Amino acid sequence: MRVAVASGKGGTGKTLVATNLAWSLAARTTGVAYVDTDVEAPNGHLFFQPDFTRIERHAVLVPTLEGGRCSGCGECAAACQFGAIVPRAQGVTVYPELCHSCGVCLRACPEASLREELRETGTLRRGHVRDMGFVDGTLDPGEVRAAPLIHATVALAGGAEIMVIDAPPGTSCSAVAAVEDVDLVLLVCEPTPFGLHDLELSLQMCEALGLETVALINRCDVGDDRVRALLVKEDVPLLAAVPFDREIATACATGVLASTRVPGFASIVDGLADYVLEGRGRRIA
Amino acid sequence: VKQLAIISGKGGTGKTSLTGAFIRLAGRCVAVDADVDAANLALLVPGKDSAWRSFEAGRRAVIDSGRCTECGACLDACRFEALGRGESGVESDSIRCEGCGACAQVCPEGAVSFRPNQAGSWTTRSTRWGTLVHATLGVAQDSSGKLVAHLRQEARRLADRDGVDLVLIDGPPGIGCPVHAAITGVDGVVVVTEPTEAAIHDLTRALTLIDRFGLPAGIILNKADLNATGARMVETVASMHRVPLLGSIPFEERLPALLGRQETGLEVDGVREALLACWRAIGQVLGSGTHRTREPLTVATHDGVSRAAEGSS
Repeated sequence: MRVAVASGKGGTGKTLVATNLAWSLAARTTGVAYVDTDVEAPNGHLFFQPDFTRIERHAVLVPTLEGGRCSGCGECAAACQFGAIVPRAQGVTVYPELCHSCGVCLRACPEASLREELRETGTLRRGHVRDMGFVDGTLDPGEVRAAPLIHATVALAGGAEIMVIDAPPGTSCSAVAAVEDVDLVLLVCEPTPFGLHDLELSLQMCEALGLETVALINRCDVGDDRVRALLVKEDVPLLAAVPFDREIATACATGVLASTRVPGFASIVDGLADYVLEGRGRRIA
Repeated sequence: VKQLAIISGKGGTGKTSLTGAFIRLAGRCVAVDADVDAANLALLVPGKDSAWRSFEAGRRAVIDSGRCTECGACLDACRFEALGRGESGVESDSIRCEGCGACAQVCPEGAVSFRPNQAGSWTTRSTRWGTLVHATLGVAQDSSGKLVAHLRQEARRLADRDGVDLVLIDGPPGIGCPVHAAITGVDGVVVVTEPTEAAIHDLTRALTLIDRFGLPAGIILNKADLNATGARMVETVASMHRVPLLGSIPFEERLPALLGRQETGLEVDGVREALLACWRAIGQVLGSGTHRTREPLTVATHDGVSRAAEGSS
C-alpha cells in the first residue's frame, strides 16, 4: 500500500500531513515507512530525528571518453537529444549535468570510444524512528535531475508494507516520479486563489496518471468555498478539513509533530489513517 | 536591463504575493512567472492575454504496430520503462518516454518514429505595470527548465523593445532544473523565507545554490512575527552566508482574501511600509553585481495608485 501526499502549490501542508499520517499509521500497525521524496527541499527529517542505518550516495550513469579512440565523427553528439555532447574541432565535449543517462551515445559511437561512469547527484538515507521506517533523498545543490533520485528514494523504501510518500510540489516530472506507482493520492489543498488554481492542475495530473485521488483542505477557514466546490464537482472525496490553528503552525515551525500537541488535529489524522487502512472508498467528511 | 529573480527553496513562503507587490512598486517592468508547473502570478496582475502559443520541446516515440514484430529489442534498450507490450504490440507511454531514441537505434524493423512533444503553452499579458510573460507546463512534462528559459528570453526581448529597465522573475520552489533556468544570468536573487525550521533549512540550500552561481543575493523574511526563535535563526543564516537580510514582513491573516481581490498587502498599514522597505533594499542587491555598474532603480511609491516616483531609468 502506497499513499502519496501531494499538492500543486508549495507550502500547503504536505509535510505536516505526511509526517503525522505516517506516525499515526505506525502507532497501529507494523511495516510503515515515511518516505520523503521532496528531494529539492526535504524537510521530513526535521520532525523525526531518525536513527539512520544506511546512508549512501546516489549516482546516475553519464558518458565519458575512453582515451585515444575518438575520431571526432560527431555521431554521438548528433544522437544525443539533450545537448549533453557537443562536437568540437577535435573530438567532443561531454556536459554530464545535461545527460539523461539514456545510453544512446554509446550505441551511436562507431569507435566504441565512450564508456559510462557514475556521477553523484544526491544522498539517500534509510533509518527508523522507533518502529516506523524513514527514508529520504536529498539532491545536491547544483544538480538538476530530481526524478532519478526520487525513484531511488522510493525503491530504498521498497520493503515497507505501507509507504507514506511526501511528494514534491508541482505537476511536472518530479511530482510524477513520486506519485506514479501509488495506490492512493492524498491532495493537500488550500482554499486560496493560488491553491484553487494549483488544485485544478493536480487533479489533471492524477487523472492523466489514472490515480485514485482523495483530498484534505488545510487552513480550511482562511479562504472561500471554491476549493470545496471544485472537489464536489470533480467527485474527489474530501477526507478532512483542518482549520487554521496557531498551535499547529507553531508545532510545524519548530519541528514538532502537531498531532502530539493538538488533540483535535490528532483525531483528524487518525481518521486519515483509518481511511488508508480500511476505509478506502468511504467518505469521512 | 536588470533582471531580478525571486526564489525560496520551500514552497508557500510568499514568492508570488511579494512579486505581485514588487511589480506594483516598480511601476513599470516586464514580469515572468517562472513557476511554470503551478503558475499563479497572472491571478495577481489583471490584463489582457495575447493568443496562447504552443511550446514544443523534445519528442516522443511512436511505434508503428504494422511493422513491429514484437522482438523486444526496444524493451531492453529503453532505460525509462516507457515501452511495454499492449494489445496492439509494443506501446510507448508518452509520460515516461523522454524521446532519447534508444528504441529507434535498436529496432530491426524501422518501426519507431517520433512526434514533436508539446511541453506547454505560453502567452504575454499587457498590464498597467508592463508586460507579464507566463505559461502553463503540460501535466507530467519534463521540460520546465526549457520553458522557463524561453519565457525569460521573451521577457528580455520585450524589455529591450519597450525600453523597460527591469525584468522581475517569480521563481519556482526547490533548487532543481527550473530554478537553475530562473536564476541563470540574473543580476540578483531574492530568497523569500519564513521563520520555520523547514523554510530555513531550504533557505540554506537555496543560498548554497546561489553561491555556486556567484550571484548577488538578499533575504526577505516573510510572516516574520510568527516565530521569534525562527526569525533569529534567519538572521544567523544570513550572516553566516554573508547575504543581507533586506527586510521583514509581518504575517497578515487577511492576505488570502486580499489576493482574491488582486491586492498584495500594499493596502494594509504596516505591511505596505515593510514591502516598500524591502523593495528599496533590493536596489542594493541589484547594484552589487561586479559585472555591472550601478544604476539607480526606478521605484514607485504606493498611495492607492502606483506611480513612478524616485530614481531615474
